[in-house]
Amino acid sequence: MKLLEPGTVLDGFMVEDCIHSGGMAHIYQVRYADDRPGPGFAMAMKIPRMTAGDGAENIVSFEVESQIMQVLTGSHVPRFVAAGDLSRVPYLVMEYVHGRTLQHWLDAEMSPSVGEIIHLGVAMAQAVHALHQQNTVHLDLKPANVLIRDDDSAVLLDFGLSCHAHYPDLLAEQLRKAIGSPAWIAPEQVVGVRGDPRSDIFAIGVMLYQLCTGELPFGEPQTAGGMRQRLWMDPPPPRKLKPDLPPWLQEVVMRCLEPEAAQRYPSGAHLAFELSNPDQIRVTERGNNVTGTKFRTHFKRWLKAAGMHYQPSPMASQQIEEVPIVMVAVPHKDVTDATLYSLRQAVARSLGTRPGARLACVTIISSSQTSASEDHKSESTVHRRYLTTLRQWAQPLDEPGRQMSFHVLESGDVAQAILDYARGNNVSVIVMGAATHGLKTQRFVATVPIKVAMDAPCTIILVKQALPFELLGADHSSPSETDIDSVS
Amino acid sequence: MRLALMSDIHGNIQALDACLEHAQAQRAQRYAFLGDLVGYGADPGAVVERIARLAEEGAIVLKGNHDEMAVRPPAEVKNVGSSTAAWTHAQLNDTQRAWLDALPLTAQLDKILLVHASLDGPQLWRYVYDERAATASLDAAADWPGVRYVFGGHVHEQSLYYRGSTASLMKFSPQPGVAVPVPSHRQWLSTVGSVGQPRDGKPEAMYALIDTERWHLSFHRVAYDHFAAAWAIRAAGLPEFFADRLEKGR
Repeated sequence: MKLLEPGTVLDGFMVEDCIHSGGMAHIYQVRYADDRPGPGFAMAMKIPRMTAGDGAENIVSFEVESQIMQVLTGSHVPRFVAAGDLSRVPYLVMEYVHGRTLQHWLDAEMSPSVGEIIHLGVAMAQAVHALHQQNTVHLDLKPANVLIRDDDSAVLLDFGLSCHAHYPDLLAEQLRKAIGSPAWIAPEQVVGVRGDPRSDIFAIGVMLYQLCTGELPFGEPQTAGGMRQRLWMDPPPPRKLKPDLPPWLQEVVMRCLEPEAAQRYPSGAHLAFELSNPDQIRVTERGNNVTGTKFRTHFKRWLKAAGMHYQPSPMASQQIEEVPIVMVAVPHKDVTDATLYSLRQAVARSLGTRPGARLACVTIISSSQTSASEDHKSESTVHRRYLTTLRQWAQPLDEPGRQMSFHVLESGDVAQAILDYARGNNVSVIVMGAATHGLKTQRFVATVPIKVAMDAPCTIILVKQALPFELLGADHSSPSETDIDSVS
Repeated sequence: MRLALMSDIHGNIQALDACLEHAQAQRAQRYAFLGDLVGYGADPGAVVERIARLAEEGAIVLKGNHDEMAVRPPAEVKNVGSSTAAWTHAQLNDTQRAWLDALPLTAQLDKILLVHASLDGPQLWRYVYDERAATASLDAAADWPGVRYVFGGHVHEQSLYYRGSTASLMKFSPQPGVAVPVPSHRQWLSTVGSVGQPRDGKPEAMYALIDTERWHLSFHRVAYDHFAAAWAIRAAGLPEFFADRLEKGR
């Protein structure tokens, strides 16, 4: 379709300036042509460039985007307004989001600081997690498709190559050829897998690599063979190009870029969590290596990759549900050994059936416990003391391959601190003691476990201490206190 | 229009009533029954009566292989499929049998074509269980001008076949309750599942609903009193296997 003149009216929308003219589509600013009040945000209209002579794939991907945009919700995607009839006048009207694409940081003269890279990485990881929870995998993430709002959160654009597990995949075909942008496409996409949320983690890895080094990890291959390279090849370690990068950051980037999806972060929430807690990252050879992967390793992987072929992927939301972030709130005062023991047992049980789960051990202390003026009460001294206690408590839970981290939070409102932490980190399960944090007064005031249980964004397990019955009788005279075992 | 598509009721009045109630709650405006009203289940007479009443009010009803067998039961029982045909025949009166016998094999409703099995020879009762069989059925739809959708039953599973980016058909397994966009510039074939005898390990009855204004297709699973339906089979003295099957959904 040729460029529309400002002032043109299309299906009740008044076309204003053309704000983007890409290979696939024109994007215009629009408003309602009549006096209707606007939707409360600026609107943009996307019109595909297809004419009779254009390729069919262009039309199909517009159809895909139009279907998916109509069902996506949340702050990480532009809000949907209207879609035109594809056979009559194809267009898509959506929220015009203000912000800068990730490309802005890549084009800047100064390379971004480690702090900026963390912010951008966390924003992207949280945005894809929100998408995966809606059973959609983006599959074409690249700097031009990631918009960063002024509040640092990310908005994902262009769902033309995306895959929604509830809809027939119109882009799939029996020959399973690679669909995506060559520089950012994940290895499994190269063999035609569409629908694995970890493909988006890979693309974030490529963008983090770019932010760290200014280079593309795999270049921009023009051939199918060139794209297949990433099935077995590691890119040069970022620290080989930028020696001052911290090893933990390289660890994160290279884990996102693992050729095998199972070796990457299992969900966006896990990646965001790790990036937000750099001091807790276990740096391995992956992070320390500055020379590159050995020929032998590459050769072995090359042999394995030769047999790599298409396999259907399970539903995105199911896949990420299987790798929850479990949070345990460990009390640091007025707590019996039996409670601490029971808490640990409950955590072990909830992690036991979930091999990909990660555990965040959290203690909340009141802000008055630290002081800037007294040395023995300095923040770092106090935190270190509590962290040591937490680590000791969690020691029996430590297993090879298990992801654990430890956090001391300062807050006057314990329940609110637990809830904020759970929301901010996409926690799936909160484990806490039923009789800790002051349950006994629950008939008079809403105590911490009750408040958390009522407002929790996820499942919460309230743990009772597992003492023998004869001992329980002495402490718990009233059975009404023991009503709640777990709430979800 | 919101058209409810129900197939393979198999004499299961409990499942049929539950699906009709569900479809009503979904604001269904018209009903189509894609064959196999009877066979296996304990209440063929009640099912035929119920559907015959709906037909008087405008419902479309097609004939399936089991309806054919109930009218003319085979002299000897050769397989599971024909094992209840004689019993079913005896349960129905002459009027009901004549009504079943007069049912058509296909019906067209504007862009929609309905058939019990495959359009590629409807009277041959071919199973549309994969892309190849679906292609044959959809290709045969070319004989009916303007048809974009082919809906059938017979295979007791809910599937949607569509054309991906190449000409060949792809199979999609739908999620219950999700409205799938099926725009009419593409061609679609769907098997709507079985109301009265699910076989995918879940006892819930299956049917589908197509909205012909928005062209959205929803596949539904409806919980019903399958223990009552199984009990009726046992009480009728029919083989235990058919009762077990309803309880297990296999």
